[in-house]
Amino acid sequence: MKENWTHLEALEAESIYIIREVVAQFRNPVLLYSIGKDSSVLVHLARKAFYPGPIPFPLLHVDTGYKFREMLTFRDEFTKAIGARLIVHRNEQAIAEGAHPLKLGVARCCGKLKTGALLEALEKYSFDAAIGGARRDEERSRAKERVFSHRDSFGQWDPRNQRPELWNLYNGEIHEGESMRVFPLSNWTETDVWQYIREQNIPIVPLYYAQQRQVVFRGTNWIPIIDPSDVREGETPVTEWVRFRTLGCMPCTGAVKSEAQTIDDIVDEALIATRSERETRVIDHGANTMEDKKREGYF
Amino acid sequence: MSVGLLRFLTAGSVDDGKSTLIGRMLVDARGAFEDQVSAATRDNERRGGKGIDFSLLTDGLKAEREQGITIDVAYRYFATERRKFIIADAPGHEQYTRNMVTGASTADLALVLVDARYGVVTQSRRHAFIAHLLGIRHIIVAVNKMDLMDYSQATYDKICADFRDFFSQLDPIDVRFIPISALLGDMVVTRGDNLSWYSGPTLMDTLETIEIDTQSATELRFPVQLVNRPPMPELADFRGYMGRIASGRVNVGQEVAILPAGRRTKVTGIATFGGEIPSAFAPQSVTITLAEDVDISRGDLITGIDDAPTPIKEFEATLCWMSQHPMRAGAKYLLRHTTRKVKAIVSKIEYRIDPNTMAKETGLTELKQNDIARITVKTLLPIACDPYRKNRETGAFILIDEANDTVGAGFVEA
Repeated sequence: MKENWTHLEALEAESIYIIREVVAQFRNPVLLYSIGKDSSVLVHLARKAFYPGPIPFPLLHVDTGYKFREMLTFRDEFTKAIGARLIVHRNEQAIAEGAHPLKLGVARCCGKLKTGALLEALEKYSFDAAIGGARRDEERSRAKERVFSHRDSFGQWDPRNQRPELWNLYNGEIHEGESMRVFPLSNWTETDVWQYIREQNIPIVPLYYAQQRQVVFRGTNWIPIIDPSDVREGETPVTEWVRFRTLGCMPCTGAVKSEAQTIDDIVDEALIATRSERETRVIDHGANTMEDKKREGYF
Repeated sequence: MSVGLLRFLTAGSVDDGKSTLIGRMLVDARGAFEDQVSAATRDNERRGGKGIDFSLLTDGLKAEREQGITIDVAYRYFATERRKFIIADAPGHEQYTRNMVTGASTADLALVLVDARYGVVTQSRRHAFIAHLLGIRHIIVAVNKMDLMDYSQATYDKICADFRDFFSQLDPIDVRFIPISALLGDMVVTRGDNLSWYSGPTLMDTLETIEIDTQSATELRFPVQLVNRPPMPELADFRGYMGRIASGRVNVGQEVAILPAGRRTKVTGIATFGGEIPSAFAPQSVTITLAEDVDISRGDLITGIDDAPTPIKEFEATLCWMSQHPMRAGAKYLLRHTTRKVKAIVSKIEYRIDPNTMAKETGLTELKQNDIARITVKTLLPIACDPYRKNRETGAFILIDEANDTVGAGFVEA
């Protein structure tokens, strides 16, 4: 056993092993790249895993058309800098029909722009394994999920009948048309992710750092105002010091009040946080739970 | 794995107060966020309850919340000043033993709850036995609901004695007993006022300070995951073997054997993203390079030359059968051992073990779900393994059936 083995080294070694298992066991894997901090860590681990070779699978970004401009800029620069292969997929039909959370409701909008687009892309490119950055500490149904999580030929999850998963003997056997979702960051917490980003100096989208931004208070969240049309009746935008703990689509991602302008500030905030990061995601709080969405094929 | 990170399993019978205990530890150690606690409280009030029901924090599936039972293992994370913890919260029902085994396979310690009113019951023995079978060397028996037994020392002593009797039939391991009330908090994080006759540490104290006797194997075992041949002209000569060191250490310059073929060569380098390193240890994930271009692929095992296991095609093992379809002697499966996949036949069921009494039942031709048995396995190709007692990494295997389901968990005996 190595001396002074830190918990971050332990998590890293486990994640690298998992990512390599995917390449060993599947014909055509892909990494689901959401541009967020967990994706940044995932891509960093993939680079480490296959060094000195390149990452042997493409990154897939499911673009809903509602991502922050800073996210898209970061995506293009970051993937270019590390020489990764990037595939961007959009549900063009739904976007053309004007899918919007206000019009469709959050659940249906996500269903079309995220889940629908993801399943469409997996089928179009015949990916048989999709690596994602979801963590078990994020949400209670994710706390139940295996590292290798089986999906039937409709991309659906059967949480009541998961395969036993023993030791690190991940069973990647699938029948034609089925697929696997794989979560190398299963055992990481939000604090681990931030500490690792600091330790390894991993680039992240600037939206994670606090800035003065135009926001409105909607429901329980500070929602950013990017375009004047984002302001709804009865709302008055205000300028606040805020940052994002997680990143999603503009209309559905809340900011938190914060003055954390450096990675050290963010780690300190994560260490003393009393509320979960998913609280700022409107999608988690409807009648349609994360479990429902996951069953249908959502990440 | 280190003093810094402890992975533990919580097990016990239904309604022994496991959720309450975990909820209390999470809330006291900030492993649950305020909004998650208020969501669990809201869910409870919506169905007519009052205040928080801690099980709603950990029972993450709809079916679990509807039926009020835990079906699958939930992983929870919390940290104190002294240590980080990963809890695998395992279901209590016998029907879901396969999920309990899943949680136990990666744990270093098992916390077994016993209800002070009922003492040691079948499920307590079953869980303690499975934890032991999986190589967990530390078991904490928390005797819960002491408040309902007037904090009686005599009750506690009787339960400890019963459990000690049971453990005396197994190989010696580290077993500790703690009387607690998860509901009122006695001896969980703070001592409380009701258990003054107990002088040992609290549960949290024990979890924070217990020294874990992890992988004791020191022999080098490096299962090859993948061969790394980068498609770049400047690296045309690079040929690396990727894997996670299962046990021991590897040094540049060291002579190694490649199993099962048995060929020998030398380690010429250990490549990592941060640069070349002179040696690497379990459980690091590394890429090593070798002196000769020998034929090595996924599933081969790199070992030292003095302590290499002899590859075998027939061995005895203990098997935990997890499928609802029975296993018949003579049936064929896919066997996964380290990174190796081979066809295998369970040629004989030697005997079944009753986890309650340790009695051995012979003459069986099939095993049912949750049975634990000694079997003989024959593989089509040789595998290089160690007894599970000596090496948890190279002594473990799973069986996969034609439907691709993981149906058996196996422990190599000899």
